[in-house]
Parts: sequence; C-alpha cells; structure tokens
Amino acid sequence: MSNPIVESPTYALPSNERAFVKWNLYFGFAVLAIGVVHGLRQALNYAGIDTMNNLPGMHGYYQGLTVHGVFNALVLTSAFANGFIALTTARGLNRKLNPMLLQGALWTLIGGSAMAAYAIFANRASVLYTFYPPLQAHWTFYLGLALVVISTWLTSWALFAALHDWRKTHSGERIPLLAYMSVVTYVMWDIASIGIAIEVVIFLLPWSLGWLAGADPLLSRTLFWYTGHPIVYFWLLPVYVSWYGMVPKQAGGKLFSDPLTRVAFLMFLCLSIPVGFHHQFSDPGISPTLKFIAAVLTFGVFFPSLMTAFSVMYALEIGGRKNGGTGLLGWFFRIPWRDPSLSAQVLAMVAFLLGGATGLINASYNVNQVVHNTAFIPGHFHLTIGTAVFLSYMGIAYWLVPYLHNRTLWSPGLARLQGWLYFGGVMIFSHGLMSGGLRGMPRRTMLARAAYAKLEPSWHLPGLMTGIGGTVMFISVMLFLLILIMTVFAGSQRAADAANDLPVTETIRAPEESGWQIELDKFRYWIAVTVILIVLAYGPFIAMYLPPKLTSHAFLAF
Amino acid sequence: MKIDRYEEIFLGISTVILVVFLGALVYAAVVMHITMVGMAGSIDPDKVAETPPFDHPGVKEVAPGKYEAVVIGKAWSFKPKTIEVPAGAEVTFIATSVDVDHGFYVEGTRINLMLVPGQISRMTYRFNEPGTHLLLCHEYCGLGHQFMYGRIVVK
Repeated sequence: MSNPIVESPTYALPSNERAFVKWNLYFGFAVLAIGVVHGLRQALNYAGIDTMNNLPGMHGYYQGLTVHGVFNALVLTSAFANGFIALTTARGLNRKLNPMLLQGALWTLIGGSAMAAYAIFANRASVLYTFYPPLQAHWTFYLGLALVVISTWLTSWALFAALHDWRKTHSGERIPLLAYMSVVTYVMWDIASIGIAIEVVIFLLPWSLGWLAGADPLLSRTLFWYTGHPIVYFWLLPVYVSWYGMVPKQAGGKLFSDPLTRVAFLMFLCLSIPVGFHHQFSDPGISPTLKFIAAVLTFGVFFPSLMTAFSVMYALEIGGRKNGGTGLLGWFFRIPWRDPSLSAQVLAMVAFLLGGATGLINASYNVNQVVHNTAFIPGHFHLTIGTAVFLSYMGIAYWLVPYLHNRTLWSPGLARLQGWLYFGGVMIFSHGLMSGGLRGMPRRTMLARAAYAKLEPSWHLPGLMTGIGGTVMFISVMLFLLILIMTVFAGSQRAADAANDLPVTETIRAPEESGWQIELDKFRYWIAVTVILIVLAYGPFIAMYLPPKLTSHAFLAF
Repeated sequence: MKIDRYEEIFLGISTVILVVFLGALVYAAVVMHITMVGMAGSIDPDKVAETPPFDHPGVKEVAPGKYEAVVIGKAWSFKPKTIEVPAGAEVTFIATSVDVDHGFYVEGTRINLMLVPGQISRMTYRFNEPGTHLLLCHEYCGLGHQFMYGRIVVK
C-alpha cells in the first residue's frame, strides 16, 4: 500500500544544483520585494490614496503597475519554476542535471530581467505586463523578456536530458511520479511559450528597433494570449507538484492514486493551450464560434483541477484521520496546522476554491461581459496566482530554504502567523476588487486621479477594502522575507545527513507496469494530441487572418 | 485503471455541473441572443476619419426605435463624449480606435468591448430604463487613460 514516487529512497543534492536552486529563489524573492512595493501602491490607489509622488525616481502609476506585473507574474514565477522543478526532477529521477544548461538558465534569467528592469525604470516601457502594441516599449524590454523565456527553455532541456538518460538505464519502467509531473509541466510550457516568442522575436523586437514599419494589434493580442492563458498553468503546475507530491506527506497522509495524477497532468498538457481566446471574448475580428469553442475547452481544463481537489483533499483526510480526526469534516481540523509550510499551502488551496469558481465565471462566454476588464479580474487572479500559487511558494520556501541551508526555520510561530495574515488580507482585498468590479470599477486604471471615480459612491467601500486588504498582504510579505533572511543567517544549524530530504509522499495505488497505462508515459502521443487541439482552436483564425497587417504606428505617450 | 467509488461520484457530479453550466451559456447565446462581438470588418487606422460610417461619428435613428451610435476612441477621449438616446431604444454601437487598444464599457449594462486599431467593434443593446450610464475606457492606453470616459444618457 506504499509506493514511492521517486527513484531512490535517499538523495544527495549536488552542490552546483543546490546553488542553482538557491540563487533562483533568492533572485525571485528579491524581485518580489520590489514588485510588492508597487502592489501596495496600487491597492492604496483603489482606496483613493495617491502615492505617485512619494517614490523618488518613479514617473507614474502605470510604470509602477508594469513593475508589479512583470516582476511578480513573469520574473518571480519563472525563477521559482526553474529552481523548484529542477530540484523535483533531479530528486524524482535521482539524476544529475546538465550543469552548463543550468548555469545558462540562471544567467539568462538574471540578464534578461535586468534588461527589462532597465527599460521599465527608465520609463521607456510603461506598457504593463501584457505589452499590447502599438504601445511601444524600448527594445531592451522585449529582448529582456525573450531572455526570461529562453531561461525557462534552457531549464527544460536540462530536465528532458535527465529523463532521456534515465530512460536508457530503466527501459520499460514507469517514470517516477515526482519527475513525471515536473517534466509534463515544462513540456506544456515549451509548447505554450511559442506564441509569446513569435510575438516578441518576430514582430515587437524588430519593430522597436525600427526594422518593421508597424505592429499588428489584433495578431499580437492573439499570440500573447496563446501563451497568456497556459502561462497560468506554468505558474500553477509547480505548485501542483507540491500539492500532489509533498503536501500529503506533510499532512501525515499519502497520495491516493498515481495513475490518476498522471491523467490529470496530461489533461493540463493537452487542454491548457487551446483556450487563449477566452481572454479575447470582447475582441473584435474573432469569430464568436471560435470564442465559444475556447469556452468549452476552458470548462474542460477545469476538470483536472477538480480531480486535483479530490486527490489532495483525500490525502489531507488520510493525514487528519491518522491524527485522530473523526466525522465527516473533523479530520480537517486535525491535520498538522502547526506546520507553517502545510498551513500556508492548505490556506492557498482554500483560496483556490474561490479562485477557481471566479475563473469559471470569467471563462463563461457571454457572462464574461459582466466582468471583462473590470476590477473583478484582478480580484480573481489575486486568489489564483496571487494566493493559490504565491502563498504556496511561501509555504514551500518554509521547508525548502531550511533544506538548502541545513538550518531550521527561524520562528515557525511567526511563519504560521504570516500565512494566516496573507490569507486574511487577500480575502478582504479580493472581495473589495470583485465587488467593485461588479459595480463597474475598471481594472488597471489610476482611479485615485480619475475624475469620474469620485462620482461613483458604490466604489468607495470596495476601494477601501482593496486598500486595507492589500496593506495586510504587503505586511505579510515583508514578514515572509524577514523570516527567510533570519533563517539563512540565524537559523540553528542541523546535521547535513540523509534525514534532510524533500518531504516526498508515497502513493496507495501504484502505476501499472503493463497494459494501456504505460502509454501515459509516452509523451509523443500526448504532444501530438496537444498540437492537434491547438491547430483546431487557432488554425481557422490564423488561416483567415494572415498575412499580418503592420499598420499601427508606435505609441509612446506613457 | 481502478477509480475509487467516491472519486467516481465526485467526478460525476463535477461533470454534470460543468455540462449544466455550459448548457446555460448555450441557452443564453442561442435563445436569449446574448452573443459576443464578432467579425464586423477591418479598417485602416490611419483613415478612420474619412471611412464611413466613422466620417460622421454620433447617434442617428436608422429605423423607428432603432439607433446607430458611431464612436471613435482616441487617446484619451471618446468622440462623441455624450450619447443621448430615448428609453426603449435599441442601439447598435459601431466603434473603433485610431491609435492604441481602448476599452468600451458601459457601466450597468453588458456592453463591454475592446476597441482594437484596425478592427471594427459592433454590439447591439436595448436601453429600457431612463438614466445616465458611465462610458469607460477600461484598457490601459497610456498616460491619460484615467481621463478617458463619456456618458450614455437615456431619456
């Protein structure tokens, strides 16, 4: 009844890989520290408090909004995924990763982020993290973002090479589940990131250098959202690796089914990408039929998240009952809530129930008209990326940083409080944004200076809640960073022995060694299914739309 | 692959819920005609001012009770800024942008469009109650984005 999800019961992390994971985490969280300062300013903006003149060197609201989106949603997430998934793949396969590729990935990420940051702080790229042309950023912004994407590709090649090596010596064996989940995450992302790569490298970068006469706004939006939806699964799946592969162990339970976990990840691979049009329901020039197909497929990709809800709750229940929990829901209160890593991640899951439900509203074709581009949308995605993903990052960091440094966590009590504080903060914050959005409050707007905002009394309370909740979230993130720094410098040393391992779960139901289930490990079939779905979803639009219409001139008034 | 009975029930219920929700969307689209903006044609963003109907932005009655409102989005205003129609009017909005992406969102209604340079956005809506609606640009369009708004006055 106990089956491993990793190749080997013991593991020693090579020192260069330890450094790779560490520096990705440090860099990601350093970038986050800057990103959340601007997050706080936006939350205060909704409350009518204008802080735009109080930060030296900053030029305006939208510059800060660009920092917040690019740093938190693009750079932090790439850094975390690169570091964490490299670790889980190496642990899962018990294999070394190619050190050159890892080095290259880290420096590409840092170099690319620095270039984009230069453009933004020089006020030459206040184009937000969606950078819709013909808003035109400085070329360093586009090149920097392209390098960030390339760093994820370099990481993925290190993972694929390790899997390839492993297969040579394990012919006919099932891929250990931890590595399976990790590799599928990057297979999905490599296919998904092609859209943004084409948009940036073929169109926007040459255009910003003056080599192309104009930009095509609709084609750019379409290429952006081809990547822009599955990118949320690139943020989410590393967290799912933790929820499936580690949280059950941390809760004292076990993951139930290995095969169903594989099926869920394959569904994410196949269905994450052909749904980007649901971000363009309100765009002209795209057939409503294609939009409806995207809505149906989006409902499809909701399904593996429901499977995840079942599997993870079941694992928590096993842990809670072992700990003396009884009754229908009594087990929930008996999981080890005192472990800050577990409590943060379970709170992240609770937030994700709301994030998933509001996401289904957004995906609902005509219902989307009620919420599109209102404050409802950031209300939704601060529950998903902003909490389900990010609060899980913090929970993971609470075991990962001590693991990497052979130290114990500094002040677990404060860490516990930090998770709850963030959860409480985001509940107030997202309620504010969503209730304001339903009353017509727009997103990505400098409301503190909008003449019309003062005439809308129904926005006042939602705006105030956004400001208060956002302030609580900010304080919580500062506590998180303090705890990490204190752990690295002042946590008590512990022995660097075999007991210091990742919290890896076991499964109750093992994968079959024969029969149709072995097809689940043959990625080429599933990649083929993915490509077919992408062609069906995007082919009709691309075939009718091409060639590109480069008729829009650079717009630089920001 | 054996699936646990509870998981089977859970996934069964999940499937039913998703199918029912999708059914509601189809009903709203097909029976209630709540559809999305679609293919209303393309336009050269440099020649908007001389291309009909955008050479005459504003509201006109095209049939009894049916109106057309032609609107141009330009950083950072709508032209015209105020649209007046009588209560009960069925208004077809025809709009585009001459520069960057703008939003076209009428508060308190389901009119929620993007104005993308090069594309024409078209949507019909019936205003039953008298009142004033805020018309907002809700897509970031540069420095003065927060000043870009208008009014729809239903008399």
